[in-house]
Amino acid sequence: MSTTVQAAPRRTRHAGSLAPLAFIAPAALFFAVFVLWPIADSIWVSLHDWDGVHPMRWVGIGNYVELFTDDVFWTALVNNIWWLLAYMLAPIGGLAIALFLNQNVLGMRLYKSLFFFPFVLSQVVVGLVFSWFFNGDFGLLNLGLRAIGLHGVSLLGDANWSTPATIVAGLWPQTAYCMILYLTGLTAVNGEVVEAARMDGARGWGMFWNIILPQLRPATFIAVVVSVVGALRSFDLVSIMTRGGPYDSSAVLAYYMYEQTFLSFRYGYGAAIAVVLFAIMDVYIAFFLVTMLRRERR
Amino acid sequence: MFPRPIQTASPGAQALYRVALPVSLVIWLLPLVAIFLTSARTAQDLAAGNYWGWPHGSHLIGNYEAVFTSSPMGRYLLNSVMITLPAVAATLALSTLAGFGLAKFRFPGNTLVLAIFIAGNFVPFQILMIPVRDLMIHVFPLYNTIWALVVFHAAFQTGFCTLFMRNFMRELPDSLIEAARMDGAGEFSVFSLIVLPLIRPALAALAVLEFTFIWNDYFWALVLVQSDSARPITAGLQALQGMWLASWQLMSAGAIVAAAPSVAIFFLMQRHFISGLTLGAVKE
Repeated sequence: MSTTVQAAPRRTRHAGSLAPLAFIAPAALFFAVFVLWPIADSIWVSLHDWDGVHPMRWVGIGNYVELFTDDVFWTALVNNIWWLLAYMLAPIGGLAIALFLNQNVLGMRLYKSLFFFPFVLSQVVVGLVFSWFFNGDFGLLNLGLRAIGLHGVSLLGDANWSTPATIVAGLWPQTAYCMILYLTGLTAVNGEVVEAARMDGARGWGMFWNIILPQLRPATFIAVVVSVVGALRSFDLVSIMTRGGPYDSSAVLAYYMYEQTFLSFRYGYGAAIAVVLFAIMDVYIAFFLVTMLRRERR
Repeated sequence: MFPRPIQTASPGAQALYRVALPVSLVIWLLPLVAIFLTSARTAQDLAAGNYWGWPHGSHLIGNYEAVFTSSPMGRYLLNSVMITLPAVAATLALSTLAGFGLAKFRFPGNTLVLAIFIAGNFVPFQILMIPVRDLMIHVFPLYNTIWALVVFHAAFQTGFCTLFMRNFMRELPDSLIEAARMDGAGEFSVFSLIVLPLIRPALAALAVLEFTFIWNDYFWALVLVQSDSARPITAGLQALQGMWLASWQLMSAGAIVAAAPSVAIFFLMQRHFISGLTLGAVKE
């Protein structure tokens, strides 16, 4: 870019002009009605006892007090933490695949898009595919286990295994997503720095750890953020693969909230679960915003 | 380049790499290969226990035909199209305008408005669920129509799209816009004559991304729609799970039908898709 362009003032219009307002107003209106106001309203609903039909009855923090003694809520919360921890494997696996694929070989472009492919699928389809894969009678997993002389298990019907099995299904597209982020990151790695480090005798692991990984920081940041959000948003796979079962053992907050609201008609209680999930997510939202805005200032 | 180009490795390592590539791809896509093979099986094949072998006597066309004739799948597919296209168009229109307002004007609260759009884009859907459903039932009578989904998706996706557009437009040189203003162009002419033609790549990237995001939505389809007349294909597929309990060949064919449009869009517009998705993965 030429210096004259850089010297030109950014965002030149003075304060007080109504033009920006006119441009932003339509989006802001939609966003306020369907995103911002509903958040406030959910918090309000969570302070009531409500079946969705009759008038709401004020209970203050009653719903939150009840959450404390609700075993299923704790199961769901713990499962959410498992989702969160396990989803950190997605950036790691994605980086590993990206390193594996970062070569100039004939047909590599097709390989990359085929590896990325799972991310384009709907979670409903992913859930169905993995239900088939894990099926207790004829799933490929069990055929494999039996072939090596082990007992087959019905993963999705087993309280100990239903959550890990669902997470595995979720990691498949999530890893693909992180892979593409890292592949893009790797193309931007400074070749001269890498060559200079090679001259200095940097090899393999040391090179990766000291030279490459620091340069991939923007990709890592986004990969971790989208994986956290993905883990906390897990609803589709639980709904398709286990419906939170068996006996609520694989429930997560997002699914338990839905179940309490529409299947048990406890809107106020459901809203309270949503507020807890929202509060957890806020930690990450704040982290993302602060990092992003700080980068902006630089 | 890292890792070291494979061409500089020993011939043995090169050969190993060439074998490892296709093998790892097959393993990675194994669940998908399985579902595709299943969609080509006959019911007898499945009943005989041939779940994973090569299908005996392909029934590929028959199964896909059955998906459309024995279920409302055609309707679901049409609904998905009628939800996704207007929602993508609306969210692009809203966010392009807002992105311009945020990228090229200095005014108090600019950063705050941007921060709200970004933060809103990350909230869990459940915190919106009850009020949005109530809005669609009581305030705007759109509940159980495709328009409930069109309006909600357009509004919600505006958060992400506005951030994207704003970041893209910030890179446009201010001198260009200044020059047009000097020539007496109004703000809207600047937007439509100068800015719009320059942001075509961003519009393409966002359109492709948003198509898949909205097409693949399942949660809101469950919350805002109940009847087959408005149900998109994701929720439709879930509804058919009960009906086709043992008919895995139909379930698989249905899953492939549901996935096909967004997969097709991805492969056709790959470059745009990936440039949209990886925005920010390289810039520090």
